[in-house]
Amino acid sequence: MPNREPEQGTGDGVLLECAGLDKRFGGVLALAEVGFSIDRGEIYGLIGPNGAGKTTLFNALTGIYGCDAGGFSFDGEPLAGLRPDQIAARGIARTFQNIRLFGNLSALDNVMIGRHVRTRAGVFGAILRTRATLEEEAAIEKRALELLDYVGIAARGNDVARQLPYGDQRRLEIARALATGPKLLALDEPAAGMNATETLELKKLLQRVRTDGTTILLIEHDMKLVMGLCDRVLVLDYGRRIAEGAPREVQRDPRVIDAYLGGAA
Amino acid sequence: MRGVNMFAKPQAKWVGVALIAIALIALPFALAAAGTAWVRIANLAILFVFLSLGLNIVVGFAGLLDLGYIAFYAVGAYAYALLASPHFDLHFPFWVILPIGGLVACLFGVLLGAPTLKLRGDYLAIVTLGFGEIVRIFLNNLSQPVNITNGPQGISRIDPFSFGSFSFSDNENFFGLAFSGPIKYYYILLALLLLAIVVNLRLQHSRIGRAWEAIREDEVAARAMGIDTTRIKLLAFAMGASFGGIAGGMFAAIQGFISPESFVLVESIMVLSMVVLGGMGNVWGVVLGAVLLSFVPELLRYTVEPLQKSLFGRSIIEPEVIRMLLFGLALVLMMLYRPAGLLPSAVRKRELAKPDADNA
Repeated sequence: MPNREPEQGTGDGVLLECAGLDKRFGGVLALAEVGFSIDRGEIYGLIGPNGAGKTTLFNALTGIYGCDAGGFSFDGEPLAGLRPDQIAARGIARTFQNIRLFGNLSALDNVMIGRHVRTRAGVFGAILRTRATLEEEAAIEKRALELLDYVGIAARGNDVARQLPYGDQRRLEIARALATGPKLLALDEPAAGMNATETLELKKLLQRVRTDGTTILLIEHDMKLVMGLCDRVLVLDYGRRIAEGAPREVQRDPRVIDAYLGGAA
Repeated sequence: MRGVNMFAKPQAKWVGVALIAIALIALPFALAAAGTAWVRIANLAILFVFLSLGLNIVVGFAGLLDLGYIAFYAVGAYAYALLASPHFDLHFPFWVILPIGGLVACLFGVLLGAPTLKLRGDYLAIVTLGFGEIVRIFLNNLSQPVNITNGPQGISRIDPFSFGSFSFSDNENFFGLAFSGPIKYYYILLALLLLAIVVNLRLQHSRIGRAWEAIREDEVAARAMGIDTTRIKLLAFAMGASFGGIAGGMFAAIQGFISPESFVLVESIMVLSMVVLGGMGNVWGVVLGAVLLSFVPELLRYTVEPLQKSLFGRSIIEPEVIRMLLFGLALVLMMLYRPAGLLPSAVRKRELAKPDADNA
């Protein structure tokens, strides 16, 4: 329930489509003709050995990098040339592999900042404290508290973000991303550094996020989590798509085994 | 309640506020007893508090280091001077041109902000420093071919604030009390300052204030969370600049004369020092810093020489030298013992805390 934004579409079908995506860094082709599509309500996994281009793909998706060829279309609209904040406004929220919270602010402030893109108050509203502004502020705080509770760190609201335990920082990043009211939640290794119990709780949380109507794109190295959570998985190696499908199928794909175990070509 | 809670009980708080209010109202008469010069010093102190509050938006809230802030003060002052002096023979009332000065400065803020959006830290500081100098040099040289600013001679006989026949520069008697010009200015400056403090506090605890904080903390994350960093940074520059512009207009009216010499780099550094000394990002800290750095040097100016004369029979070190010595010493001590300022904001304190204090 707390996930659904009024503006959220609920139709079936493809939410994110990526076609012919190339990304170069100088002479290195980091992504080569990558294509895939994510359906609404899916948990879509993105795996591959280190350096396969997973985070590059994330950065291209969220507008941090431009693409050299091809690109994304989200909810029927092309994302080419949009800035990160415009992409967030269209409904893609992300977390970072190396956590990037607003470390010196409280957990609550972090989530409240996430509401920025769905709220309107400007300078004059702030100075005059109009009724609309006050109501919006109250709504922002209420929503932020709900989200802290939703990810299970309600008691931590007033704590400074960078002093939270590691697992809680990951949760807080998810809460902050959810605060932007996303249709697609893109998570970059959310279970990295978590112990087994924390990972299990994360799995439950992500399942709940999906049930509440948000599609998830997940980069993860924890294969147990990926296999137990994802509906479909895309495997990248050296920037190329080498397999896609249900986790069980992908696991048996010889090319995937090769990529991970470095088998002789 | 997220502000500074200095008083335990709400009643105690109101008593404190009332006492401060009475002190502020009585202050100019006490100062006038020591000499009208002191009232003028108080007025300039208020202007510096005003300036520091403006710079605090840019440096304290948004974390954008600006070393050319005095340029906005200059723009506001010249806007006022050109529209209310015999120079162009224009005499608009002050309540019209103060906002105009604010708006023009705001425009200059955007002008400075737009090309520097991608810069941070040292690089931004250098560009803003250059901007400050460019504005001053323009003011110095815009006397030819068309005389706009009257060059280094400056503009004199600037109109004082006035409502109809009530002029803020005349001496008058009300209720048996002598209100000199500076005392009357004191009250209007104080009123505008209170307004500025309210604006600053409200901005800080708003959606925009949070966005500034987010940019200061982590710009990449802020953008990924949907904050249009371009717009929000420009907004910080524009808001900060308009404070400077309004303060500049008041300065022009009080002094009655301005020249480019009032807007040199040292002034920018002085305002920045006030913000840093008091505590970047904390409105009350900034107020304290500006008041201290405005009054203490003046106190020294009036005490150091007589003190030396009585001790040694002659003046050994010039007051100006002692001022700078003490100023330097104060800055070094500050950096050692209170790097986040006298009254630091909680967030800034954490930023400057030792990393090992984090391992909770």
